Amino acid sequence: MNLDVNTSTLRRGLADRILRRGPLESIATTIIAAGVVMLMQPFFLTLYSWSFATTLFGTVMFTIVSKVRE
Amino acid sequence: MNDLSASSQITYRAVPVRPAVARRIRGLSDQALAWLFITPTIVLLLAINIFPLVWTIYLSFTNYRANRANAPTIWLGTDWYQSILTDPDIWAAMQVTAHFVIWTVLIETVLGFGLALLIDKKFRGHGMWTTIILLPMMLSPAVVGNFWTFLYQPQIGLFNYVVAFFTGRDASSFQMLGDVTLSPWAIVIVDAWMWTPYVMLICLAGLRSIPDYIYEAAEVDRASNWRQFWSITLPMALPFIMLAVLFRGIENFKMFDMVNLLTGGGPGSTTEVASITLKRAAFESWRTGYSSAFAIILFVTVFGLANIYVKALNRVKSR
Repeated sequence: MNLDVNTSTLRRGLADRILRRGPLESIATTIIAAGVVMLMQPFFLTLYSWSFATTLFGTVMFTIVSKVRE
Repeated sequence: MNDLSASSQITYRAVPVRPAVARRIRGLSDQALAWLFITPTIVLLLAINIFPLVWTIYLSFTNYRANRANAPTIWLGTDWYQSILTDPDIWAAMQVTAHFVIWTVLIETVLGFGLALLIDKKFRGHGMWTTIILLPMMLSPAVVGNFWTFLYQPQIGLFNYVVAFFTGRDASSFQMLGDVTLSPWAIVIVDAWMWTPYVMLICLAGLRSIPDYIYEAAEVDRASNWRQFWSITLPMALPFIMLAVLFRGIENFKMFDMVNLLTGGGPGSTTEVASITLKRAAFESWRTGYSSAFAIILFVTVFGLANIYVKALNRVKSR
């Protein structure tokens, strides 16, 4: 019984730590930056082809997570 | 006496009587009044920003051509996006843009921060020097583009003579704007000349925001100037430097005017940045649907970078 309570508390603590605006925005900005690098890198055409999807995903994610509580 | 008081009473009663429109506005709630005031702005925003954006998104999925507006429009789905994102020529244009963005931002940041460090020291006539340094930033890009075209002239250009003076080469032996190797650098030099003062201003704001007592404490601890720079000045000015880097990065990613004036994308396609390719597709080949898709790709990239910029700005604000 006690173990269950602790696990759920732990889980909630982890979720609380991750599902906050700051870390989520950081993840979104990292994805956007990766998309921009993929767009401009001169090495792989495949990366260039996926750059727009990556940047779009990061931008949409940033727009959504900027509304999440602090 | 009684007559006088009666007439003044009549006047007093006449004052609250207002025209019908004024009475109607007076009857509005605060929220309704607020809407009344912001409605023109919203309408203007929708008309000149949102509608063209939505229309461009729509056109990017069609075969529409602006020079054949009456031709039937066919829905193509994501064909243009797939075409652009697998086109080696567009990829090359992106690399030219990357070359331009990376070098201009690097040079402007190093020079701008260096100038900010110099200007931050109080010396005789530092106000005058600040104004002189800021002058290029205040000029129109059209003016800058035209007079740098003259400066780069192989026969009469001052730039070639200065380079010839220092290197011993013949002044007319090289062309900054006509040479495949030199022309990308010619644009980098002009952009760095024009926008380094802007980076300097932002860095100067960062340096001025560092409290003096930190340096005083470092002096007490006998920290050297070098140590103070690495442990106090640079870390505390870093958010401002990041802000300048992001802002210049975004601006240079969509650079058009300077490149168009100086080289027009040439020689060949060595200076063909993404915006020049877009302009050629839209107004020379008249591939409106294709260029709309390309514009949306550039827009999403700039919008994404702007999000990073906003996050950096918030971090600076919270300091």
